[in-house]
Amino acid sequence: MNFLDLETLRVLWWLLLGVLLIGFALTDGYDLGVAALLPFVARTDLERRVAINSVAPNWEGHQVWFILGGGAIFAAWPFVYAVSFSGFYLAMFLVLSALILRPVGFKYRSKRPDAAWRSRWDWALFVGGFVPALVFGVAVGNVLLGLPFHLDSDLRSFYDGSFLGLFTPFALLSGLVSVAMLVLHGSTWLALKVEPGPVQARARRFGTVAALASLVLYALGGAWLALGSIGYRIVSGADPMGASNPLRTTSEAAPGAWLANYAAHPLLWIVPTLGLLGAAAALVGIRRKSEGLAFIGSGLSAIGIIGSVGVSMFPFIVPSSTDPRSSLTVWNASSTGHTLTIMLVCTVVFLPLILGYTTWALRVMRGRVTSAEININPDRY
Amino acid sequence: MESGIVDLSRLQFALTALYHFLFVPLTLGLSVMLVIMEAIYVMTDRPVWRDITRFWAKLFGINFVLGVATGLTMEFQFGTNWSYFSHYVGDIFGAPLAIEGLMAFFLEATMVGVMFFAWDRLSKVGHLAVTFLVALGTNLSALWILVANGWMQNPTGATFNPETMRMEVSDFGAVLMNPIAQAKFVHTVSAGYVIASVFVLGISAWYLLRGRFVPIATRSMTVAAAFGLAASLSVVVLGDESGYALTDNQKMKLAAIEAAWHTAPAPAGITLIGLPDIAARETRYKVEIPWVLGLIATRSLDKEVEGMSELVLKAQERIASGVLAYDAVEQLKATPADMPARAKFEAHKRDLGYALLLKRVVADPRQATPQQIAATAWDTVPNVPLMFWAFRAMALIGFAMIAMFATAFILCSLRRHARSRWFWRLAVFALPLPWLAAELGWVVAEMGRQPWAIDGVLPTFLATSSLTRAELWTTLVGFTALYGSLAVIEVRLMIAAIAHGPYDPVDPQPAPGALPATPMAA
Repeated sequence: MNFLDLETLRVLWWLLLGVLLIGFALTDGYDLGVAALLPFVARTDLERRVAINSVAPNWEGHQVWFILGGGAIFAAWPFVYAVSFSGFYLAMFLVLSALILRPVGFKYRSKRPDAAWRSRWDWALFVGGFVPALVFGVAVGNVLLGLPFHLDSDLRSFYDGSFLGLFTPFALLSGLVSVAMLVLHGSTWLALKVEPGPVQARARRFGTVAALASLVLYALGGAWLALGSIGYRIVSGADPMGASNPLRTTSEAAPGAWLANYAAHPLLWIVPTLGLLGAAAALVGIRRKSEGLAFIGSGLSAIGIIGSVGVSMFPFIVPSSTDPRSSLTVWNASSTGHTLTIMLVCTVVFLPLILGYTTWALRVMRGRVTSAEININPDRY
Repeated sequence: MESGIVDLSRLQFALTALYHFLFVPLTLGLSVMLVIMEAIYVMTDRPVWRDITRFWAKLFGINFVLGVATGLTMEFQFGTNWSYFSHYVGDIFGAPLAIEGLMAFFLEATMVGVMFFAWDRLSKVGHLAVTFLVALGTNLSALWILVANGWMQNPTGATFNPETMRMEVSDFGAVLMNPIAQAKFVHTVSAGYVIASVFVLGISAWYLLRGRFVPIATRSMTVAAAFGLAASLSVVVLGDESGYALTDNQKMKLAAIEAAWHTAPAPAGITLIGLPDIAARETRYKVEIPWVLGLIATRSLDKEVEGMSELVLKAQERIASGVLAYDAVEQLKATPADMPARAKFEAHKRDLGYALLLKRVVADPRQATPQQIAATAWDTVPNVPLMFWAFRAMALIGFAMIAMFATAFILCSLRRHARSRWFWRLAVFALPLPWLAAELGWVVAEMGRQPWAIDGVLPTFLATSSLTRAELWTTLVGFTALYGSLAVIEVRLMIAAIAHGPYDPVDPQPAPGALPATPMAA
């Protein structure tokens, strides 16, 4: 049954974890960005409907990247699923509450004409876009810093931190990078998808700011990794083919270690460079009114930024700050080879299908959203 | 760990899961009914069927978003609140959840947007295909979730690995082909079809009572009558009681449902009604129908249906054997190469979970006294009166639904459904009943599994995350407030949409004309 060895499977599932996060950022990322921009980029009800309808027919499918991400982490990296979501308990509650407002906001806003009703849902959608974007970034920042948790000999995890403890300066910086990245992606999508007019013009202005913020904040985060006291390394016990028991590996905090992979393999600098170049290309695209370039740029930037987190930390997935011995790595936190193989086969079969029908669904809804069409089409929100 | 964490975690899971399942079954059933209605439209080309499909699709949409929204909580709640469960069985349990996303939910969620927004962008057949894919995705989604849940009830195809301190998959085919998962899938999906049929039937009846939208209401009622009759028969006939003879814990669930304190001679009779008394461990004033339980549970006349006292004795033996497995695991933790310990583990590993039950009374199960073991064996009995009454209420509603849909079917076949006011009133009042039955069904399934999170493998009280009471109260209050407000909003919008009906008030209703021949179902 297992035609690949455990080490290969683990690396493939580490890559697939990245693919899922990137898939989420590229698709639902712009839905989140549009929602976070909604009250600002569109002022009148008609403008807001234009903005909402630019994502309304397709966002629901995009959200499944997030749900599938949860399921895939559960199946392939059960330790990561168990440790991180229980550790981020209240932060997860915040994200889920915000995300719960989104489907309801999209659907229910248009059900009644009164202004107060619609304004409330507009702000609910703002929360549904902004809060997850911020908290996802804060969570990634905390993972880079190491989570305060330890495992006992039954491999039960105990979280030693608190909710407010998540909001350290570096984690907040990560949160802002995430907001800037997704707002940029949302504004390049709006510029591409809505009719020329006030919404598109404002999307360009917010996009410019978000692109500049992405460049500056992401570079700042990189400098912090290089100069701050962040990073972990494995001391002994790493066994790429071994059973998944984190307690058999010994790790320690090692300031600057998050840049070690780049030192060992200089070609990897391509990944963070892509994060910066993508944002720069988005900026150029926005200024030149070349919407396609801007959207591709913001997408590449997201790929680079998310990819660079993985590249910096490999083979760590969730290091522990209070008990580095409990740290979860690619080599000690996965499912069995059997499960990884079955899941790989399913992914190889279904992921291309998903990409296919997602593209088809976007093609069916192709063309710019116009206020003229919204006014006559009863199916529009 | 703080006390109260287990109860609060269970309360939160129960509330969020039961709430989620208010919306899911309607999505399951209505998506299939939309396919039927739209197929009739495509085949007959009558605009009234387009209006019917679009009207029910509008109500479908209001319901659908809350199913999706509350499903988000479910996907992550195992990690947030049941992190030891997630570690302990993630190697098996995570896979169906991930496959659900890959195979089913992606399809459903992508197509649902196209279904709502692309009426004028696709051909008629093309749009019907999209509606079909929504229904397919929805129902496949239920399949994978119930494969996961079925495994919690009957954890086949997996063994404990002391090296990683968790259950690991040994036979994925067994997990997939788990007979309990299959029975649950058919039962649950049929229940969803019944709920959707009652929804369509009840609302159509309300229109008929008011004399509104009659052409739409009579046709919708016909679809609901046929679909509902098939579904309500399937939900009872293919009820998942057949799986209860498989394992010790499933047998215990059946014994608790029947309040069978002792093994009766074969073939066992079914207790129609009675008064279970936990303290005396007997059922008073019981009315029994001979043979029926034996037939249902064992599909035979000569096999016994075991009673709780006998099953508790079995549990007691398994606890004693499990303590040996636990001891072996502790030795293997220290010295993984300890061959005698490995042999002892292999001999007793199927009972390891039973030793863990002792952790409620003693930190190290190896220190348990024989009295503690005997007392803990009785912990394997779920809440008998709850099981007894919840099951009976559910089954009663199930039979009532068959009677109602049989009546509806006869009235529709005789073309008398447009004149039977008494029946319309009945159909309106019946609206909440199938939801009640579905929620009770989950209570029976999940409370009946107690004290186990995974039957015979992991006790519920060991499965939680290491959280604080303050954290749990925060999310409990938060979810209750959020879900409560959304429920109020949803019900109001649903009522407004029903009151508004399929046509805008300014539009003239199409002339009803003579009722054309109505296909019963596509």
